[in-house]
Amino acid sequence: MKYTEEHEWLLEEGDLIVVGITEHAAEQLGDVVFVELPEAGTEVTKDEEIVVIESVKAASDILAPLDGEIVEVNGTLTDKPGLVNEDAEGGAWFFKIKPSDLSPMDDYMDEAAYKDFIA
Amino acid sequence: MTDLRMTPLHALHDELGGKMVGFAGYDMPVQFPAGIMAEHIHTRTKAGLFDVSHMGQVILSGAPMAEIAAAFEALVPMDVIGLPRGRQRYGLFLNEAGGVLDDLMFANRGDHLFVVVNAACKHEDIARMKAALEPGVKVTEVTDRALIALQGPEAEVALMKINAAVADMDFMDVATVMLDGVECWVSRSGYTGEDGYEISVPERHAEALARLLLEHEDVMPIGLGARDSLRLEAGLCLYGHDIDTQTLPAEAGLSWAIQKVRRHGGDRAGGFPGADAVLDQIVQGAARKRVGLRPEGRAPMREGVALFASDSGGERIGAITSGGFGPTVGGPVAMGYVPTDQAAPGTTVYGELRGKRLPLTVTRLPFVAANFKR
Repeated sequence: MKYTEEHEWLLEEGDLIVVGITEHAAEQLGDVVFVELPEAGTEVTKDEEIVVIESVKAASDILAPLDGEIVEVNGTLTDKPGLVNEDAEGGAWFFKIKPSDLSPMDDYMDEAAYKDFIA
Repeated sequence: MTDLRMTPLHALHDELGGKMVGFAGYDMPVQFPAGIMAEHIHTRTKAGLFDVSHMGQVILSGAPMAEIAAAFEALVPMDVIGLPRGRQRYGLFLNEAGGVLDDLMFANRGDHLFVVVNAACKHEDIARMKAALEPGVKVTEVTDRALIALQGPEAEVALMKINAAVADMDFMDVATVMLDGVECWVSRSGYTGEDGYEISVPERHAEALARLLLEHEDVMPIGLGARDSLRLEAGLCLYGHDIDTQTLPAEAGLSWAIQKVRRHGGDRAGGFPGADAVLDQIVQGAARKRVGLRPEGRAPMREGVALFASDSGGERIGAITSGGFGPTVGGPVAMGYVPTDQAAPGTTVYGELRGKRLPLTVTRLPFVAANFKR
Protein backbone atom coordinates (compact mmCIF):
# COMPACT_ATOMS: atom_id res chain seq x y z
CA MET A 1 0.00 0.00 0.00
CA LYS A 2 1.21 3.49 -0.90
CA TYR A 3 -0.02 6.83 0.39
CA THR A 4 -0.21 10.35 -1.04
CA GLU A 5 0.05 13.63 0.80
CA GLU A 6 -3.61 14.11 -0.17
CA HIS A 7 -4.40 11.20 2.19
CA GLU A 8 -5.23 8.72 -0.55
CA TRP A 9 -4.22 5.09 -0.32
CA LEU A 10 -3.18 3.20 -3.46
CA LEU A 11 -3.27 -0.57 -3.66
CA GLU A 12 -1.92 -2.54 -6.58
CA GLU A 13 -4.39 -5.12 -7.90
CA GLY A 14 -2.95 -6.80 -10.99
CA ASP A 15 -2.33 -4.06 -13.51
CA LEU A 16 -4.80 -1.74 -11.76
CA ILE A 17 -4.41 0.61 -8.81
CA VAL A 18 -7.30 0.79 -6.32
CA VAL A 19 -7.69 4.24 -4.72
CA GLY A 20 -9.45 5.36 -1.54
CA ILE A 21 -8.89 7.78 1.33
CA THR A 22 -7.26 6.89 4.61
CA GLU A 23 -9.05 6.40 7.92
CA HIS A 24 -7.24 9.48 9.17
CA ALA A 25 -8.68 11.54 6.30
CA ALA A 26 -12.17 10.11 6.83
CA GLU A 27 -12.02 11.03 10.50
CA GLN A 28 -10.89 14.56 9.69
CA LEU A 29 -13.70 14.96 7.17
CA GLY A 30 -16.41 13.89 9.59
CA ASP A 31 -19.63 12.20 8.52
CA VAL A 32 -19.56 11.84 4.72
CA VAL A 33 -22.96 12.57 3.17
CA PHE A 34 -22.25 12.74 -0.56
CA VAL A 35 -19.76 11.24 -2.99
CA GLU A 36 -19.59 12.11 -6.69
CA LEU A 37 -17.55 9.65 -8.73
CA PRO A 38 -16.16 9.93 -12.26
CA GLU A 39 -17.56 7.67 -14.97
CA ALA A 40 -15.78 4.45 -15.81
CA GLY A 41 -13.84 4.93 -19.02
CA THR A 42 -12.75 8.48 -18.18
CA GLU A 43 -9.15 9.33 -19.04
CA VAL A 44 -7.61 11.31 -16.19
CA THR A 45 -4.43 13.27 -15.63
CA LYS A 46 -2.48 13.24 -12.40
CA ASP A 47 -3.69 15.89 -9.90
CA GLU A 48 -6.97 16.38 -11.74
CA GLU A 49 -9.94 16.68 -9.34
CA ILE A 50 -11.99 13.60 -10.08
CA VAL A 51 -14.03 12.82 -6.95
CA VAL A 52 -16.09 15.20 -4.81
CA ILE A 53 -16.65 14.27 -1.19
CA GLU A 54 -19.05 16.27 0.97
CA SER A 55 -19.14 15.79 4.69
CA VAL A 56 -21.48 17.45 7.16
CA LYS A 57 -18.75 20.07 7.49
CA ALA A 58 -17.40 20.81 4.02
CA ALA A 59 -16.71 19.75 0.47
CA SER A 60 -13.37 18.34 -0.60
CA ASP A 61 -11.86 16.81 -3.72
CA ILE A 62 -9.86 13.72 -4.47
CA LEU A 63 -7.15 14.15 -7.06
CA ALA A 64 -6.14 11.55 -9.61
CA PRO A 65 -2.89 10.13 -8.19
CA LEU A 66 -1.70 8.93 -11.61
CA ASP A 67 -2.33 9.41 -15.31
CA GLY A 68 -4.54 6.70 -16.72
CA GLU A 69 -8.06 5.43 -17.33
CA ILE A 70 -10.72 4.97 -14.67
CA VAL A 71 -11.86 1.41 -15.29
CA GLU A 72 -14.22 0.89 -12.36
CA VAL A 73 -15.90 3.03 -9.70
CA ASN A 74 -17.48 2.01 -6.40
CA GLY A 75 -21.13 2.84 -7.04
CA THR A 76 -22.06 1.73 -3.52
CA LEU A 77 -20.70 5.04 -2.23
CA THR A 78 -23.27 7.03 -4.20
CA ASP A 79 -26.09 5.42 -2.21
CA LYS A 80 -24.16 4.86 0.99
CA PRO A 81 -21.61 7.67 1.40
CA GLY A 82 -21.33 6.92 5.13
CA LEU A 83 -19.35 3.79 4.20
CA VAL A 84 -16.35 6.12 3.88
CA ASN A 85 -16.47 6.62 7.67
CA GLU A 86 -17.14 2.98 8.43
CA ASP A 87 -14.61 1.28 6.17
CA ALA A 88 -12.32 3.88 4.60
CA GLU A 89 -9.45 1.51 3.87
CA GLY A 90 -11.58 -1.42 2.73
CA GLY A 91 -15.08 -1.39 1.29
CA ALA A 92 -15.08 2.35 0.66
CA TRP A 93 -12.56 2.37 -2.20
CA PHE A 94 -13.42 5.06 -4.76
CA PHE A 95 -12.12 3.91 -8.12
CA LYS A 96 -9.72 1.62 -9.93
CA ILE A 97 -7.35 3.21 -12.38
CA LYS A 98 -5.34 1.61 -15.19
CA PRO A 99 -2.20 3.73 -15.04
CA SER A 100 -0.39 4.86 -18.16
CA ASP A 101 2.59 6.05 -16.11
CA LEU A 102 3.50 4.31 -12.88
CA SER A 103 6.54 6.41 -12.08
CA PRO A 104 4.80 8.68 -9.48
CA MET A 105 4.28 5.55 -7.35
CA ASP A 106 7.96 5.73 -6.42
CA ASP A 107 7.40 9.15 -4.85
CA TYR A 108 4.43 8.11 -2.74
CA MET A 109 4.84 7.17 0.91
CA ASP A 110 4.88 3.72 2.41
CA GLU A 111 2.86 3.06 5.56
CA ALA A 112 5.62 4.06 7.99
CA ALA A 113 6.27 7.32 6.13
CA TYR A 114 2.54 8.11 6.03
CA LYS A 115 2.21 7.51 9.78
CA ASP A 116 5.02 10.00 10.32
CA PHE A 117 3.33 12.39 7.90
CA ILE A 118 0.09 12.49 9.89
CA ALA A 119 1.72 12.34 13.32
CA MET B 1 -5.21 31.25 18.03
CA THR B 2 -3.82 32.10 21.47
CA ASP B 3 -6.10 35.12 21.59
CA LEU B 4 -9.21 32.94 21.72
CA ARG B 5 -11.23 33.25 24.89
CA MET B 6 -12.33 30.23 26.88
CA THR B 7 -15.74 29.58 28.40
CA PRO B 8 -16.11 28.16 31.93
CA LEU B 9 -16.72 24.74 30.31
CA HIS B 10 -13.50 24.72 28.27
CA ALA B 11 -11.70 22.16 30.42
CA LEU B 12 -14.75 19.89 30.29
CA HIS B 13 -14.87 20.12 26.48
CA ASP B 14 -11.22 19.05 26.36
CA GLU B 15 -11.87 16.16 28.70
CA LEU B 16 -14.86 15.04 26.61
CA GLY B 17 -12.75 15.03 23.46
CA GLY B 18 -14.23 18.12 21.86
CA LYS B 19 -12.66 19.18 18.57
CA MET B 20 -12.02 22.85 19.23
CA VAL B 21 -12.28 25.68 16.72
CA GLY B 22 -12.27 29.46 16.91
CA PHE B 23 -15.77 30.90 16.81
CA ALA B 24 -16.63 34.56 17.45
CA GLY B 25 -13.40 34.95 19.42
CA TYR B 26 -13.92 31.87 21.57
CA ASP B 27 -12.31 28.43 21.50
CA MET B 28 -15.43 26.28 21.10
CA PRO B 29 -16.16 22.59 20.39
CA VAL B 30 -17.36 22.05 16.81
CA GLN B 31 -18.03 18.40 17.62
CA PHE B 32 -17.35 15.66 20.15
CA PRO B 33 -16.20 12.11 19.34
CA ALA B 34 -19.74 10.99 18.44
CA GLY B 35 -19.64 13.34 15.44
CA ILE B 36 -22.03 15.93 14.07
CA MET B 37 -24.52 13.46 12.60
CA ALA B 38 -24.91 11.41 15.80
CA GLU B 39 -25.02 14.56 17.95
CA HIS B 40 -27.76 16.04 15.77
CA ILE B 41 -29.91 12.90 15.83
CA HIS B 42 -29.36 12.50 19.58
CA THR B 43 -30.65 16.03 20.21
CA ARG B 44 -33.76 15.37 18.11
CA THR B 45 -34.50 12.06 19.82
CA LYS B 46 -33.07 12.42 23.37
CA ALA B 47 -31.31 15.50 24.73
CA GLY B 48 -28.19 17.49 23.93
CA LEU B 49 -26.13 19.79 26.12
CA PHE B 50 -24.67 22.85 24.41
CA ASP B 51 -22.21 25.40 25.75
CA VAL B 52 -23.48 28.78 24.57
CA SER B 53 -21.47 30.78 27.11
CA HIS B 54 -19.88 32.78 24.31
CA MET B 55 -23.19 34.59 23.81
CA GLY B 56 -23.66 37.94 25.50
CA GLN B 57 -25.81 38.11 28.63
CA VAL B 58 -26.94 41.60 29.56
CA ILE B 59 -29.10 43.00 32.35
CA LEU B 60 -31.12 46.20 31.91
CA SER B 61 -32.02 47.51 35.36
CA GLY B 62 -31.95 50.51 37.67
CA ALA B 63 -35.40 51.91 36.92
CA PRO B 64 -39.00 50.78 37.37
CA MET B 65 -39.76 47.91 34.97
CA ALA B 66 -42.23 50.01 32.96
CA GLU B 67 -39.52 52.59 32.30
CA ILE B 68 -36.95 49.95 31.34
CA ALA B 69 -39.44 48.35 28.94
CA ALA B 70 -40.40 51.69 27.40
CA ALA B 71 -36.74 52.62 26.93
CA PHE B 72 -35.88 49.26 25.33
CA GLU B 73 -38.89 49.56 23.01
CA ALA B 74 -37.17 52.53 21.39
CA LEU B 75 -34.37 50.16 20.31
CA VAL B 76 -36.34 47.20 18.97
CA PRO B 77 -39.54 46.76 16.93
CA MET B 78 -41.03 44.38 19.52
CA ASP B 79 -43.78 44.78 22.10
CA VAL B 80 -41.59 45.06 25.20
CA ILE B 81 -44.06 46.98 27.38
CA GLY B 82 -46.64 44.23 26.93
CA LEU B 83 -44.26 41.38 27.73
CA PRO B 84 -45.52 39.84 30.98
CA ARG B 85 -43.29 39.11 33.92
CA GLY B 86 -41.67 35.69 33.51
CA ARG B 87 -41.90 35.68 29.72
CA GLN B 88 -39.31 35.84 26.97
CA ARG B 89 -39.50 37.13 23.40
CA TYR B 90 -37.37 37.06 20.23
CA GLY B 91 -36.06 40.46 19.17
CA LEU B 92 -34.04 42.35 16.58
CA PHE B 93 -31.69 45.31 16.63
CA LEU B 94 -32.05 47.30 13.40
CA ASN B 95 -30.10 50.11 11.77
CA GLU B 96 -31.67 53.32 10.47
CA ALA B 97 -32.36 51.66 7.12
CA GLY B 98 -34.13 48.75 8.82
CA GLY B 99 -31.29 46.30 8.23
CA VAL B 100 -30.71 43.72 10.95
CA LEU B 101 -27.77 44.47 13.27
CA ASP B 102 -28.36 41.41 15.44
CA ASP B 103 -31.08 39.10 16.66
CA LEU B 104 -31.60 38.47 20.35
CA MET B 105 -33.80 37.14 23.13
CA PHE B 106 -35.14 39.34 25.90
CA ALA B 107 -37.01 38.38 29.05
CA ASN B 108 -39.00 40.21 31.69
CA ARG B 109 -37.49 38.97 34.95
CA GLY B 110 -39.66 41.10 37.23
CA ASP B 111 -37.39 43.98 38.10
CA HIS B 112 -35.12 43.87 35.06
CA LEU B 113 -34.87 42.80 31.43
CA PHE B 114 -32.46 39.97 30.67
CA VAL B 115 -31.10 40.14 27.14
CA VAL B 116 -29.10 37.46 25.30
CA VAL B 117 -27.27 38.51 22.14
CA ASN B 118 -24.99 36.82 19.61
CA ALA B 119 -21.33 36.43 20.54
CA ALA B 120 -20.00 38.06 17.38
CA CYS B 121 -22.15 41.17 17.89
CA LYS B 122 -22.12 41.53 21.66
CA HIS B 123 -19.63 44.39 21.97
CA GLU B 124 -21.53 46.52 19.45
CA ASP B 125 -24.87 45.54 20.98
CA ILE B 126 -23.80 46.49 24.50
CA ALA B 127 -22.30 49.78 23.29
CA ARG B 128 -25.54 50.51 21.44
CA MET B 129 -27.67 49.79 24.50
CA LYS B 130 -25.43 51.87 26.76
CA ALA B 131 -25.50 54.82 24.37
CA ALA B 132 -29.27 54.69 24.04
CA LEU B 133 -30.35 53.70 27.55
CA GLU B 134 -27.88 55.10 30.08
CA PRO B 135 -28.04 56.83 32.46
CA GLY B 136 -31.80 56.29 32.92
CA VAL B 137 -31.42 52.51 32.60
CA LYS B 138 -28.32 50.66 33.73
CA VAL B 139 -26.78 48.30 31.15
CA THR B 140 -24.67 45.55 32.72
CA GLU B 141 -22.90 42.79 30.84
CA VAL B 142 -23.02 39.59 32.86
CA THR B 143 -19.47 38.24 32.70
CA ASP B 144 -19.52 35.81 35.60
CA ARG B 145 -22.13 33.37 34.28
CA ALA B 146 -22.00 30.54 31.79
CA LEU B 147 -24.94 29.78 29.50
CA ILE B 148 -25.85 26.15 28.95
CA ALA B 149 -28.58 24.96 26.58
CA LEU B 150 -30.28 21.62 27.17
CA GLN B 151 -32.33 20.72 24.11
CA GLY B 152 -34.40 17.79 22.95
CA PRO B 153 -37.51 15.79 23.83
CA GLU B 154 -35.85 14.34 26.96
CA ALA B 155 -34.54 17.73 28.18
CA GLU B 156 -37.51 18.21 30.50
CA VAL B 157 -37.14 14.84 32.19
CA ALA B 158 -33.37 15.26 32.52
CA LEU B 159 -33.64 18.72 34.10
CA MET B 160 -36.53 17.60 36.34
CA LYS B 161 -34.11 15.16 37.99
CA ILE B 162 -32.34 18.23 39.36
CA ASN B 163 -35.42 20.36 40.01
CA ALA B 164 -38.91 19.12 39.13
CA ALA B 165 -40.22 22.71 39.03
CA VAL B 166 -38.91 23.15 35.49
CA ALA B 167 -41.78 20.97 34.25
CA ASP B 168 -44.18 23.80 35.09
CA MET B 169 -42.51 26.17 32.66
CA ASP B 170 -44.08 26.65 29.22
CA PHE B 171 -42.31 27.53 25.98
CA MET B 172 -40.72 31.02 26.35
CA ASP B 173 -41.23 31.16 30.13
CA VAL B 174 -38.33 32.34 32.28
CA ALA B 175 -37.79 31.66 35.96
CA THR B 176 -35.16 31.66 38.67
CA VAL B 177 -34.62 28.00 39.53
CA MET B 178 -32.34 26.37 42.10
CA LEU B 179 -30.26 23.75 40.32
CA ASP B 180 -27.83 21.73 42.43
CA GLY B 181 -28.03 24.36 45.15
CA VAL B 182 -27.25 27.24 42.81
CA GLU B 183 -29.52 30.04 41.64
CA CYS B 184 -29.93 29.71 37.88
CA TRP B 185 -31.85 31.86 35.42
CA VAL B 186 -33.71 29.41 33.25
CA SER B 187 -35.74 29.94 30.09
CA ARG B 188 -37.76 27.31 28.28
CA SER B 189 -36.38 28.02 24.86
CA GLY B 190 -33.43 27.38 22.60
CA TYR B 191 -32.42 27.41 18.97
CA THR B 192 -32.83 23.86 17.73
CA GLY B 193 -36.57 23.59 17.08
CA GLU B 194 -36.80 21.22 20.04
CA ASP B 195 -38.23 21.65 23.50
CA GLY B 196 -35.59 22.54 26.02
CA TYR B 197 -34.03 25.09 28.31
CA GLU B 198 -31.29 27.68 28.42
CA ILE B 199 -29.64 27.94 31.81
CA SER B 200 -27.59 30.91 32.98
CA VAL B 201 -25.43 29.58 35.80
CA PRO B 202 -22.66 31.23 37.87
CA GLU B 203 -19.39 30.34 36.14
CA ARG B 204 -17.83 28.62 39.15
CA HIS B 205 -20.75 26.17 39.23
CA ALA B 206 -21.08 25.70 35.48
CA GLU B 207 -18.87 22.67 35.11
CA ALA B 208 -20.47 20.85 38.05
CA LEU B 209 -23.95 21.50 36.65
CA ALA B 210 -22.90 20.36 33.17
CA ARG B 211 -21.40 17.18 34.62
CA LEU B 212 -24.57 16.52 36.61
CA LEU B 213 -26.69 16.89 33.46
CA LEU B 214 -24.33 14.69 31.46
CA GLU B 215 -24.69 11.96 34.08
CA HIS B 216 -28.22 11.43 32.77
CA GLU B 217 -28.12 8.60 30.24
CA ASP B 218 -30.09 10.58 27.66
CA VAL B 219 -27.88 13.68 27.73
CA MET B 220 -24.89 14.00 25.42
CA PRO B 221 -22.52 16.94 24.75
CA ILE B 222 -23.18 18.65 21.42
CA GLY B 223 -20.87 20.89 19.41
CA LEU B 224 -21.41 23.88 17.15
CA GLY B 225 -21.62 21.69 14.05
CA ALA B 226 -24.83 20.00 15.14
CA ARG B 227 -26.12 23.25 16.60
CA ASP B 228 -25.92 24.67 13.07
CA SER B 229 -27.63 21.73 11.34
CA LEU B 230 -30.36 21.66 14.01
CA ARG B 231 -31.20 25.34 13.64
CA LEU B 232 -31.06 25.05 9.84
CA GLU B 233 -33.59 22.19 9.81
CA ALA B 234 -35.70 24.25 12.22
CA GLY B 235 -35.68 27.11 9.68
CA LEU B 236 -34.03 29.50 12.16
CA CYS B 237 -31.81 32.34 10.96
CA LEU B 238 -28.11 32.51 11.71
CA TYR B 239 -27.02 36.12 12.09
CA GLY B 240 -24.38 37.18 9.58
CA HIS B 241 -25.59 34.52 7.15
CA ASP B 242 -29.39 34.45 6.73
CA ILE B 243 -29.87 37.92 8.16
CA ASP B 244 -27.53 40.90 8.23
CA THR B 245 -27.54 44.66 7.68
CA GLN B 246 -28.69 44.10 4.07
CA THR B 247 -31.89 42.27 5.09
CA LEU B 248 -35.08 43.74 6.46
CA PRO B 249 -37.31 41.69 8.80
CA ALA B 250 -40.19 41.15 6.35
CA GLU B 251 -38.05 39.76 3.51
CA ALA B 252 -36.28 37.55 6.07
CA GLY B 253 -39.66 36.07 7.07
CA LEU B 254 -39.44 37.65 10.52
CA SER B 255 -42.56 39.85 10.44
CA TRP B 256 -44.11 37.54 13.06
CA ALA B 257 -41.56 38.90 15.54
CA ILE B 258 -42.95 42.43 15.16
CA GLN B 259 -46.14 42.53 17.19
CA LYS B 260 -49.19 44.41 15.83
CA VAL B 261 -48.92 47.14 18.46
CA ARG B 262 -45.63 48.29 16.89
CA ARG B 263 -46.84 48.12 13.28
CA HIS B 264 -48.69 50.73 11.20
CA GLY B 265 -52.03 51.32 12.89
CA GLY B 266 -50.86 49.95 16.24
CA ASP B 267 -51.07 51.94 19.47
CA ARG B 268 -47.29 52.23 19.70
CA ALA B 269 -46.47 52.01 15.99
CA GLY B 270 -42.90 52.82 14.97
CA GLY B 271 -40.49 54.65 17.23
CA PHE B 272 -37.55 52.27 16.61
CA PRO B 273 -34.57 52.49 14.23
CA GLY B 274 -35.57 51.88 10.62
CA ALA B 275 -39.29 51.93 11.46
CA ASP B 276 -40.50 53.50 8.20
CA ALA B 277 -38.71 51.06 5.92
CA VAL B 278 -39.46 48.05 8.10
CA LEU B 279 -43.17 48.77 8.59
CA ASP B 280 -43.71 49.79 4.96
CA GLN B 281 -42.21 46.51 3.80
CA ILE B 282 -44.58 44.55 6.04
CA VAL B 283 -47.56 46.28 4.40
CA GLN B 284 -46.30 46.47 0.83
CA GLY B 285 -44.49 43.16 0.70
CA ALA B 286 -40.85 42.56 -0.13
CA ALA B 287 -39.30 42.06 -3.56
CA ARG B 288 -37.48 38.98 -2.32
CA LYS B 289 -38.03 36.44 0.43
CA ARG B 290 -36.07 34.02 2.52
CA VAL B 291 -37.25 30.50 1.68
CA GLY B 292 -36.43 26.92 2.45
CA LEU B 293 -34.72 25.07 -0.41
CA ARG B 294 -34.35 21.36 -0.89
CA PRO B 295 -31.73 20.26 -3.39
CA GLU B 296 -33.30 17.52 -5.50
CA GLY B 297 -30.07 15.53 -5.67
CA ARG B 298 -27.94 14.34 -2.80
CA ALA B 299 -25.24 16.99 -3.05
CA PRO B 300 -25.38 19.58 -0.28
CA MET B 301 -25.50 23.18 -1.48
CA ARG B 302 -23.91 25.58 0.95
CA GLU B 303 -23.81 29.28 1.69
CA GLY B 304 -22.86 31.38 -1.32
CA VAL B 305 -24.24 29.07 -4.03
CA ALA B 306 -25.83 31.32 -6.68
CA LEU B 307 -29.45 30.67 -7.63
CA PHE B 308 -31.00 30.90 -11.11
CA ALA B 309 -34.51 30.59 -12.52
CA SER B 310 -33.53 28.14 -15.24
CA ASP B 311 -30.98 25.43 -15.85
CA SER B 312 -29.06 27.57 -18.35
CA GLY B 313 -28.58 31.25 -19.00
CA GLY B 314 -30.40 34.07 -17.31
CA GLU B 315 -29.40 36.38 -14.50
CA ARG B 316 -28.67 35.21 -11.00
CA ILE B 317 -31.86 35.58 -8.95
CA GLY B 318 -30.49 35.05 -5.46
CA ALA B 319 -28.18 32.98 -3.31
CA ILE B 320 -28.11 30.36 -0.62
CA THR B 321 -27.39 31.85 2.80
CA SER B 322 -27.22 28.59 4.83
CA GLY B 323 -26.98 25.08 3.54
CA GLY B 324 -25.74 21.64 4.32
CA PHE B 325 -26.90 18.17 5.17
CA GLY B 326 -29.95 17.76 7.37
CA PRO B 327 -29.46 14.57 9.38
CA THR B 328 -33.13 14.33 10.46
CA VAL B 329 -34.39 15.18 6.96
CA GLY B 330 -31.90 12.64 5.63
CA GLY B 331 -30.75 14.83 2.79
CA PRO B 332 -29.43 18.23 1.86
CA VAL B 333 -31.32 21.32 3.05
CA ALA B 334 -30.73 25.02 2.53
CA MET B 335 -32.17 28.50 2.99
CA GLY B 336 -31.72 31.47 0.75
CA TYR B 337 -33.30 34.50 -0.87
CA VAL B 338 -35.32 34.40 -4.11
CA PRO B 339 -37.59 36.94 -5.81
CA THR B 340 -41.07 36.90 -4.26
CA ASP B 341 -42.68 35.68 -7.50
CA GLN B 342 -40.48 32.58 -7.30
CA ALA B 343 -40.91 32.03 -3.56
CA ALA B 344 -44.03 29.83 -3.63
CA PRO B 345 -43.47 26.33 -2.22
CA GLY B 346 -42.99 23.86 -5.05
CA THR B 347 -41.17 26.31 -7.32
CA THR B 348 -38.02 24.90 -8.89
CA VAL B 349 -34.89 27.04 -8.91
CA TYR B 350 -31.32 26.09 -9.85
CA GLY B 351 -28.14 26.34 -7.83
CA GLU B 352 -24.77 26.54 -9.52
CA LEU B 353 -22.49 23.92 -8.01
CA ARG B 354 -19.09 23.09 -9.46
CA GLY B 355 -20.10 24.60 -12.79
CA LYS B 356 -23.39 22.71 -13.05
CA ARG B 357 -26.90 23.99 -12.42
CA LEU B 358 -28.76 21.61 -10.14
CA PRO B 359 -32.45 21.86 -9.23
CA LEU B 360 -33.78 22.83 -5.81
CA THR B 361 -37.40 22.96 -4.69
CA VAL B 362 -38.70 25.91 -2.69
CA THR B 363 -39.97 24.37 0.54
CA ARG B 364 -41.98 25.61 3.48
CA LEU B 365 -39.93 26.18 6.64
CA PRO B 366 -39.21 24.56 9.00
CA PHE B 367 -37.92 21.37 7.40
CA VAL B 368 -38.52 19.58 10.70
CA ALA B 369 -41.63 20.49 12.69
CA ALA B 370 -40.98 22.32 15.94
CA ASN B 371 -41.46 20.32 19.11
CA PHE B 372 -42.14 23.06 21.68
CA LYS B 373 -44.13 22.73 24.89
CA ARG B 374 -46.80 25.38 24.51
